[in-house]
Amino acid sequence: MKDGYAIEMRDVVKRFGEVNAVDHVTMEIRNGEFFSMLGPSGCGKTTSLRMIAGFEYPTAGEILLNGTPIGTTPPFQRNVNTVFQSYALFPHMSVAENVAFGLEMKKVPRADITRRVDEALDMVRLSGYGERRPRQLSGGQQQRVALARALVNRPDVLLLDEPLGALDLKLRKEMQIELKRLQERVGITFIFVTHDQEEALTMSDRIAVMSEGKALQIGTPTEIYERPNCRFVADFIGESNFIRGRVSDLSAGSATISDGAGLTLRGQLVQPLTVGDEVYVSVRPEKARLSVQRPADPPANMFQVTVDRVSYIGSDTRIMVQLGQDRLFSVWEQNTRSTVDRDAYWQRGEQGYLWWPVENALVLKD
Amino acid sequence: MTTDTAPISEARQQALSKAINRSERGRLFALLFPGLFWLSVFFAFPLFVILLYSFLTPGPTGNVIWKFTLGNYATLFTKDLYVNAYVRSLWIGVMTTVVCLLIGYPLALYIVQRSPRWRNVLLFLVLIPFWTNFLVRTYAWMIILANNGVINSLLQSIGMPRLTLLNTTGAVLVGLIYGELPFMVLPIYASIDRFDFTLLEAASDLGADRRRAFLRIMLPLTMPGVAAGSVLVFIPTVGQFVVSDLLGGAKVDMLGNLLQRLFTRSNPPNWPLGSAMALIFMLVLTIAIIFYFRTTTEEDR
Repeated sequence: MKDGYAIEMRDVVKRFGEVNAVDHVTMEIRNGEFFSMLGPSGCGKTTSLRMIAGFEYPTAGEILLNGTPIGTTPPFQRNVNTVFQSYALFPHMSVAENVAFGLEMKKVPRADITRRVDEALDMVRLSGYGERRPRQLSGGQQQRVALARALVNRPDVLLLDEPLGALDLKLRKEMQIELKRLQERVGITFIFVTHDQEEALTMSDRIAVMSEGKALQIGTPTEIYERPNCRFVADFIGESNFIRGRVSDLSAGSATISDGAGLTLRGQLVQPLTVGDEVYVSVRPEKARLSVQRPADPPANMFQVTVDRVSYIGSDTRIMVQLGQDRLFSVWEQNTRSTVDRDAYWQRGEQGYLWWPVENALVLKD
Repeated sequence: MTTDTAPISEARQQALSKAINRSERGRLFALLFPGLFWLSVFFAFPLFVILLYSFLTPGPTGNVIWKFTLGNYATLFTKDLYVNAYVRSLWIGVMTTVVCLLIGYPLALYIVQRSPRWRNVLLFLVLIPFWTNFLVRTYAWMIILANNGVINSLLQSIGMPRLTLLNTTGAVLVGLIYGELPFMVLPIYASIDRFDFTLLEAASDLGADRRRAFLRIMLPLTMPGVAAGSVLVFIPTVGQFVVSDLLGGAKVDMLGNLLQRLFTRSNPPNWPLGSAMALIFMLVLTIAIIFYFRTTTEEDR
């Protein structure tokens, strides 16, 4: 694995008509890294990928591949390969011819092509399928052909545009693991575009969360989940309770927030704020606790609540409680005890204490 | 238990399937009859007459003498007039097809890449000439190409010498290409419309420049349209006699002109020779088309 950056995007803008599909994005993708761009459709992740591939050229800003600007280099001159969402296998060629195509274009000697095609098919566990036509293969097999066709060229960077989107859930999970293992083995930088947060969290070394053309946060899966830097990221990754309010008091690393209706909360700061700022307190449902007894050592955030709804989903019980007036708050309890005793679970209408430590609540801006 | 019932049920089944077969056959025949009748009366029978005539001897008054001969075929393969007509017809057919292809493919590609609204407008424009009778449109070309026609008047007005345009092979080609172009554009359009342009991005991604991406990916995958268009243009072109008559004068004889002359205009008419000519013509076309389909669509099968 080489040091340094495989891809650098410096203040990149891509404008389509009146819309900035990619809006001043700066990100650095390290060599050998599994990097994901995650966001809802229309967030600019696919456009960013297409600019790295060379299918689109940036309106402004610079893209560097291994330190060399490639802004307007055509795709066929970049040592970057793509796995397309639709796989884009050539239907009139056999699997082996598909995989050989890139090497043929680079005028690799015949004998080498045969050997490398065999190796590539072997790597994706498709040895012996070389003579088949793509349409004779299942979706998962076609996907692996697309991978082999890209990887056989030994690209500096492999781009994957929602490649698992068309597969069913079980196959998708298998492919997630297989992709990650493949990436570790070949040591090539993977840039993976997805709207599926679980997929991104499972596979990535680092993730860029994107929205409306901007990269909101770039970090490891843990950083993105545990320390989101804004409301959108906290909301998009996993689930969270949001309580809107204004900063009424600040102390080292934490803030006191009032919702204007009698509720006062304390939470951890992730960025500098001033008194009066409008903010959201974000609490993940699994990071809040619900108890019948009042905690002996009352934490900063403790409220008396009424259970509104209970969903038993096997591994967890998900409880909606009424916090203050007209506000529902979601708490997840892991079912660590094996019991069918009705009393072991929360019931609708029960009273209880909802609480969480200060560090489990994050104070976020919109 | 099964040994007991099997023979009975088998016998029954056979009787049943026979009954079904009988009624099925009746239905099948009833359904096929109109088509079969049509084909035999208007295709098989005339073809048979032509086949028969081609081996008979022409009489002095345009009649047919019932005497077997291979002379008609011998004449076709030895007399320059006929050999040249075959060569010229095929050559004009190939030229027309190639030029239609070279204009039609980029045109179809251009239309596919427009927005849906513009696409419909452009397709409509391609079809508009069909609203006017083909003969009228060919006469229009006569007016354009004539010695004191539109082009020559223009040339004269800017002080250039007149050109002989009408009654040349070139004029025939222009007329044919103009008339046949839509038949090339439409099948190719349909083919390109079904083409997944992501494949071109994939080719480019794998190191193919535009030329190679086109030759290796797009052309093979749109070949069915190219093949269909070529056949639709080639066959009617080779048998043309109106365009060559009007725009070529009597100077550009194609097969169709000779056929027409042998059957109706020459004195006396020579049906046996005409029949032989028509048969050879059919044979050559069939072989050419089979060969063409073999070479163009093999990869896709």
